[in-house]
Amino acid sequence: MINLETPKKFRPLVEQANQVATHVLRPISRKYDTAEHERPKELDMLAKLIDGMNDGGSSGGAGAAGVGSRPSDEAVNGNGAPKNKNGSNMSTALSIMETCWGDVGLTLAIPGQGLGNSAIASVASDEQLKLYGGKWASMAITEPESGSDSASIRTTARYDEETEEYVLNGEKIYVTAGERCELVVVWASLDRSIGRAAIKSFIVERSNPGMVLDRLEHKLGIRASDTAAFRLEECRVPKEALLGNPEIDTKKGFGGVMQTFDNTRPLVAGMAVGVARACLDHTRTVLENAGVELDVNRPVNSQSAAAAKFFALEADYEAARLLTLQATWMADNRKPNSLQASLAKAKAGRTGVDVALGCIELCGVTGYDESELLEKWARDAKILDIFEGTQQIQLLIIARQLLKKTSAELK
Amino acid sequence: MSVADRSMGLGLQALRKLASFELIDRVGLRGPTEQIVYQASKNGFRGATLAGRTFARATSAGKPTRARVSGGGDLFDLTPDDDQQMLIEVTREIATNELRPAALKADEACAAPDEILAQGTELGLALLGVPEDLGGTAAERSAVTSVLVTEQLSRGDMGLAVALLGTSAVSTALGLWGDADQQGTYLPAFTGDDVPCAALAILEPQPLFDPFALKTTARLDGEGYVLSGVKSLVPRCADAEVLLVAAQLEGHGPALFFVNSGEATGLSVEAAPAMGIRAAATETLHLEDVKVPADALLAQGDPAVYAEAIHRARLGWCAAAVGTAQAVLDLVIPYVNERVAFGEPISHRQAVAFAVSDIAIELEGMRLATYRAASLADQDKDFAYATTLARQLCVTKGMYIGNQGVQLLGGAGYIKEYPAERWYRDLRATGVMEGALLV
Repeated sequence: MINLETPKKFRPLVEQANQVATHVLRPISRKYDTAEHERPKELDMLAKLIDGMNDGGSSGGAGAAGVGSRPSDEAVNGNGAPKNKNGSNMSTALSIMETCWGDVGLTLAIPGQGLGNSAIASVASDEQLKLYGGKWASMAITEPESGSDSASIRTTARYDEETEEYVLNGEKIYVTAGERCELVVVWASLDRSIGRAAIKSFIVERSNPGMVLDRLEHKLGIRASDTAAFRLEECRVPKEALLGNPEIDTKKGFGGVMQTFDNTRPLVAGMAVGVARACLDHTRTVLENAGVELDVNRPVNSQSAAAAKFFALEADYEAARLLTLQATWMADNRKPNSLQASLAKAKAGRTGVDVALGCIELCGVTGYDESELLEKWARDAKILDIFEGTQQIQLLIIARQLLKKTSAELK
Repeated sequence: MSVADRSMGLGLQALRKLASFELIDRVGLRGPTEQIVYQASKNGFRGATLAGRTFARATSAGKPTRARVSGGGDLFDLTPDDDQQMLIEVTREIATNELRPAALKADEACAAPDEILAQGTELGLALLGVPEDLGGTAAERSAVTSVLVTEQLSRGDMGLAVALLGTSAVSTALGLWGDADQQGTYLPAFTGDDVPCAALAILEPQPLFDPFALKTTARLDGEGYVLSGVKSLVPRCADAEVLLVAAQLEGHGPALFFVNSGEATGLSVEAAPAMGIRAAATETLHLEDVKVPADALLAQGDPAVYAEAIHRARLGWCAAAVGTAQAVLDLVIPYVNERVAFGEPISHRQAVAFAVSDIAIELEGMRLATYRAASLADQDKDFAYATTLARQLCVTKGMYIGNQGVQLLGGAGYIKEYPAERWYRDLRATGVMEGALLV
């Protein structure tokens, strides 16, 4: 039966996440935006709380670690069709919306909730889960010469048969939580002459002496989250550190490493939904205090321009939010969601920015100056239309799927 | 209504006058009598009393029958139930095999073919919102079902979909809010063999029309009311035997009144062909001191019911926009893949391909927002805000998609060989229309 409301069973989780956002994240938002690169120690306690939430019930994950596409007990209806499921992909997105309503940068800085954790959750074997589960994992894909074109990465992985180790060499940038995490999932090529099929991901312990921290970036927003650059110099990892199949399957190509994105893109979309909600909640209060009436009955064109603008932003927010939930719902029901994940990411990414910037315009000076958090949210929101696939990459993915084009045909 | 009845209503003189009209030759309609007769009303012979049956007034004083509240469930779910899935398939087939092939001619004729209207009746479209216990098909509240049906039919053609669904706007309102007497008076006709045409008339011609600030008035007069004003773009108004008319009740506020066109005096209909949804035969309804009895007032003028009716009508237009926008996407994908320029399909260019992506993104957002609002309505929850957002999306993104549909086809989008130009015209309706549909 068609129903697009937040599932009853996740409401306590959403409420908890909202409490965390209100009482833990919001109060320290400005502090860590100003003190870039300082570790938000208040979050250590929070990580334990989230671990407790994850262990404590069937409500699913509260952070990125929860998502994945692992098989679960499949219940069926009377007619043999699989029973509708609301699982960890949705609950994770819902709680991320709340924590990002609190603060995007701090959400990214919560220990144990890195995007690397999603990659591990998606493709790790049971043995790898035992080895690496429960540790904070970041994701290292981008290189100075390879951004959206992740198939062109230059970092190499050489297999050393004697020691049964992979040896990684190269340079990685824009690693979110790269300084503070415990593990880094590194993309590297087993054979650069083969192309994308040879690209595999490797779990590298942050303490590995072959992985050298180069610098931390100074950014437009999400300053509470560290963004690291690494050099990999003869960085040796055990062969068990390779995620997925070690064979180079040219037919299957890039699928293995890319499929993680189907699970993580809706989460980034959820982040944008959360920050957009924060902006809209704040702006509604500001407008109402200023005497602007928002009437759901009268046509928007008969109301003030501010009200009309506000409804337009709310509508885009609603579309972004529902597209995000749709993508997670499909993942939970193990329906292929690559298209919907990109629809959600594209819509939410641009909506987060449009809403934040539009709200500043509506609020005026107190939206733009640092007395409130709106200006910060507009800076934070911008990254969400860039990482995990830029707006333009999402449009490419969507177009290639709809038009049935290869990357060689539609460049 | 038979051609003979209609002819009597219009007067033979009018028909003779009509025979000389150029337009008839131009659009190739000289031929089937009913088309010519249709043109009589189209070209503005006002003052004719509308023909229609007399509805025997029921006075049971009992309780009205309502469909159960159905929606929701505890989980997020985008899967239609089995009944809805079946209806989607049936209506999609009709949309593809019947509506789409008939759309161009119906657009030119400003009328839906009789066979298609008959098919809609046969399918029981007018019964979608009528409780099962009263002979309808709704065991449960069905805004979602109506949205799904409207979407599928509009994917075939929005104008024809509106022509097919206008009657169900009134029968659904009867099911939702009619009292026992109103249900007893009208529903037997809707559930019988000879289903009357009906129309929900809310829109008025003033700019910045606000359905909560109507110019059409209703004043108390003895036991009944007297209605005066103008209603715009009423689908198949000349055929409608039952009209549900929005009017400002003096000293009260906006409210809905049943008007039987076969009994009331002071009604006249004027053709009002518009930019789009022409197959719905949109017409202007003039009410000049039209007397209706006391029991014509719906839900005792409850303002909450009126507001809900407005929102349910808006959702109907959202669903129509979703269906037509889907039709645009369905058309542009093969077109841009097949059309070659500069030595390769134009879909190999990002400027073209990204426009297709944007259509897909905004369309899916429109659809989900519309489903959400309808599902809230079925759960008996406040759905006004969700509807406002869905309408905002369907009006702006729907028009964006209609515009892109023509743009991506270029010159081919501008000529009638392709339906893109019609969808461009149809999708403009979403932001203008109030009433006419209701889910």
